[in-house]
Amino acid sequence: MRLAEAWRVALDALRANRLRSVLTMLGVVIGVAAVVALVGIGTGTKGQIEQQVEGLGSNLLLVVPGRLEAGSAPAASTMTLDDVEAVARVVGDRDRVAATIASGETVRAGSRTAFGSMQGVLENTPSVFVRRLDRGSYLTRTDVTTGRRVAVLGAGTATTLFGDRDPIGRQITIGGVRFRVIGTFERLGQSLGVDRDSEVHVPVTAAQRLLGTDRIDGLAIRAPDRERINQLSTAVVDTLTDRHPDSDFSAVTQEQILGVLGDILGVLTGVLAAIAGISLLVGGVGVSNIMLVSVRERTKEIGLRKAVGARPRDIGVQFLLEAVLLTTIGGVLGMALGVTSALLVDALSPVPAAITWWSLALAFGVSAIVGIVFGVVPAQRAGRLDPVVALRTE
Amino acid sequence: MTAAIVATEVSRTYDLDGVSVSALRGVSLTIEPTDYLAIVGTSGSGKSTLMHLLGGLDRPTGGTLLIGGRDVSGLTPGEMAKLRNETIGFVFQSFHLLARTTARDNVALPLVYRGIGRRERRQRATEMLERVGLAHRLDHRPNQMSGGEQQRVAIARALVTGPSVLLADEPTGNLDSATGQSVLALLESLNGEGVAVVLVTHDREVAARAHRQIVMKDGLIVSEASV
Repeated sequence: MRLAEAWRVALDALRANRLRSVLTMLGVVIGVAAVVALVGIGTGTKGQIEQQVEGLGSNLLLVVPGRLEAGSAPAASTMTLDDVEAVARVVGDRDRVAATIASGETVRAGSRTAFGSMQGVLENTPSVFVRRLDRGSYLTRTDVTTGRRVAVLGAGTATTLFGDRDPIGRQITIGGVRFRVIGTFERLGQSLGVDRDSEVHVPVTAAQRLLGTDRIDGLAIRAPDRERINQLSTAVVDTLTDRHPDSDFSAVTQEQILGVLGDILGVLTGVLAAIAGISLLVGGVGVSNIMLVSVRERTKEIGLRKAVGARPRDIGVQFLLEAVLLTTIGGVLGMALGVTSALLVDALSPVPAAITWWSLALAFGVSAIVGIVFGVVPAQRAGRLDPVVALRTE
Repeated sequence: MTAAIVATEVSRTYDLDGVSVSALRGVSLTIEPTDYLAIVGTSGSGKSTLMHLLGGLDRPTGGTLLIGGRDVSGLTPGEMAKLRNETIGFVFQSFHLLARTTARDNVALPLVYRGIGRRERRQRATEMLERVGLAHRLDHRPNQMSGGEQQRVAIARALVTGPSVLLADEPTGNLDSATGQSVLALLESLNGEGVAVVLVTHDREVAARAHRQIVMKDGLIVSEASV
């Protein structure tokens, strides 16, 4: 029998049992749709987070107190501005070492109030992290050494407090202390779930006086090149440990953060895909089951076809094509449903989704293979039917 | 002229749950291309088993069987299918037409397995339906036709491949006697055109019309008579 003829016969058989074919397909449709949508959501989320971490600036090394290990409690910082000077000497460039002390504070301007994340920083922060000013100017070296009460506002805070008015030169209070606005940042949006437009940058010394401490929370170092990051990381941690023998310090690179997040999201995506894959498998079992029923129902037809000259192969191919048609049509419908769901999730919810060609190709390939795998047994059974027995069946 | 089918001391034993049952116990029979033969016997006599063997649907467990000059003992199921397609036409008591398929496509079915293209299949099926008097029923489905018409479609299907032997298993069993007569007349006219016809029946009247009669009992030929 010609293959084109076999396709036509298989299609006719599916059409003859329309409702049954559709219900059988549904298992495959749901399975494939789940794989495509969930992999799309996993990929989209991973891409967004990577973009955000990279958006912090390249070749960054973050130094925080305590050990970054599962199960260890966050440690109180023992670092001071003297440690920043010591680390700057190790790095060899003062402009590459940023320090931060952060605290959530109420910020007021006249009758308006905003909740801001006050960041006590050095004047070099915009060159270590990627931060661009919208208006005014940033903190100066003098601001930091003299502890001048000046502030640079995030775009969100600026809008909340001043609306469309120009905030430059105006007075605000942070935690009840008066500051003068000297600049505003460009809008950044969310990063890793933190609203970065509510940051308020002030000189680290002013922040320390406000909070009544001489400590800082952590350091950020911008390495001159990628190759030196690991070497710098060890040298910086050693220097800090020498100065504070009783404390632990950890240094993490962007690559490490990306790696950890990537691993977690990769596992998560894998688990989601596996669950979806199981539903595809269940769909395949459904196809196998229906094909066995179909073979039994059409025993007489098989006997007649054999009597007039169908070889076992012809009958086997016919039933195999039927199973493959069921799963590939189901696969195509499932892909459409999966892509639609992923796009809807992307558009209507904060969860991002990215459709990758490989996940579509994989889903289609898997559904075709499911058809072949689960169609083989019924097809072989049909092909091997004894024509004498088959013709006698009523 | 070479014989269409030659059976020599053919036997067929079935294995039913470890018990060996003999359905045929050494039958010798030659079918010539011009034969009009009736195989008669009660149910259980072995006549159905013999028909399955003669049609190449089954293989003997003993003796030799030549169909179209080929010994079936060495053939694979695929080769047997090809042999059936080329030399045998089957007509069954219950017609065995594909229900959702038109008369023309039913008739064309054996040509599908011969690898013949759709256009030629339809043309040859149309000619064959005209020959059995059903030119007006080409696109009718089996449930739109009478029993006699359905059996004529089945005969057209058996003939479309140009077989040397037509095997008819109780072809009039599901038909009223007038329709049965006309179906028999059709078979006889085909026999006149050079196709061997083998009727399997328990109806003595039907059998009496054949040129040769074979009576079977307990897996053996008990009598053979020519008219």
